[in-house]
Amino acid sequence: MRNVFLFLKRYSIFILFLVLQGLALSMLFSYNRFHQTTYGMFSSEVAGRVNKRVNNVESFFTLSEQNQALRKQNATLLSYLPSGAVIPGSAFQLVSDTVAVDSLKTYRQYQYFDAKIISNSVFLQQNIIVLHRGSAQGIVPNMAVVGTDGLIGTVISVSKNMSIVMSLLHRQSKVIAVLKKGSGLGEVSWDGKDPRYLLLSKIPTTIVAKKGDMVVSSPYSDKFPPGIPIGYVEKIDQDQETNTYKLKIRTAVDFYAVQHAYIVKNLLQEEMDQLKSTLNKE
Amino acid sequence: MSLVFKNIIRFIFIMFIQVFVLSKIPPLHQFVVPYFYFVFILWLPFNTGRVALLFISFAVGMVADMFFKTPGLHAAACVLIAYVRPFLINLLLPKEATDWGNEEPSKKTLGAVPYGTYLVILTLLHHFFLILLEWMQFGSFLYFIGKLVATSLVSLLLIAIADLFLNRKSKLR
Repeated sequence: MRNVFLFLKRYSIFILFLVLQGLALSMLFSYNRFHQTTYGMFSSEVAGRVNKRVNNVESFFTLSEQNQALRKQNATLLSYLPSGAVIPGSAFQLVSDTVAVDSLKTYRQYQYFDAKIISNSVFLQQNIIVLHRGSAQGIVPNMAVVGTDGLIGTVISVSKNMSIVMSLLHRQSKVIAVLKKGSGLGEVSWDGKDPRYLLLSKIPTTIVAKKGDMVVSSPYSDKFPPGIPIGYVEKIDQDQETNTYKLKIRTAVDFYAVQHAYIVKNLLQEEMDQLKSTLNKE
Repeated sequence: MSLVFKNIIRFIFIMFIQVFVLSKIPPLHQFVVPYFYFVFILWLPFNTGRVALLFISFAVGMVADMFFKTPGLHAAACVLIAYVRPFLINLLLPKEATDWGNEEPSKKTLGAVPYGTYLVILTLLHHFFLILLEWMQFGSFLYFIGKLVATSLVSLLLIAIADLFLNRKSKLR
């Protein structure tokens, strides 16, 4: 027994080192599996508050650009109004965000919450965006986040007033996408090299892809509304082994300057999940 | 100004620089990430107790993790350099470390060459562990080596600039 105490006394600092190291590593490795840890909630509340203060100052310098982006989006939205339907704007694509159940009634499928981005990064390998909206405002993980120009990412963790978004610039982010012309299902990921470009893979070469083609979110996704721009084809490469394209695409959203976002709630999500769970039981 | 108060102010200042200045700079390359916050641990006074050093470093790492949104990643690297730091100082400092009291590692107190060695070893160690943990999640060997070299060079450059501009002259008694 005495030897045990002697041992503990002699190596107390080394043991403390191992304990702290173990604590840090266990936090790190459990994080990817359980996003909703108490630490995650605490840290996003505290760091979020500091970030918000600084962001208040920063957003002042980009007011004019933000105004312009919002005005542009206003114009797009105004063109959807019934009164604007006399002369259809040819530049805009109609998005069906309603699900018709019978011919007289329509149901809204997607609800948009506006949110301010209080912290954003592009220089890391796992870039994360913090939004000033959380569970108190009805946000739950797995909701889609879109900007004024296109898709931004997915909510992965929420606290009371903040939510953490995995942006497209995250090494673990994978989004199903289609080419607007000619469709063809593919997968958008990021290679971690340049925050201005994403990779689109798994599109078969039977589909013709041209430089400048728009890449949009797929209609088969259950969280992203269909037809949200993701990027524009910049460079076309072919994977000889699988006969698929490896497309380098320029992001539709300027991740360096993004300030506002909309969180998209799929009102049919619950019903869809329920249907899928019955499939698993059988 | 009391030593504790001075270090708290320094901590807030260094974290502010790291999170709101360095992290906002558009990246030059995938490999180049300007890490600077860990210099706070390197600049703690010689007479900081080893237990206190470990706890302080853990706290510093956790605060950095809060802003980088990676719980434990930076804390693990910080605890590692805090554990190695006293051994390294004993090696580089000819006298007993306690003789120096409230002094902190700098070009004046350690001498230019030992201080340089001290910075290089701890910076490499910190980045090695940090990038190793990142590499376990994704990336290739080239990514690991490239990022380790590029990031360490940038960090050392930042520390050298900080040493030129910050007046850390502590009065010799």
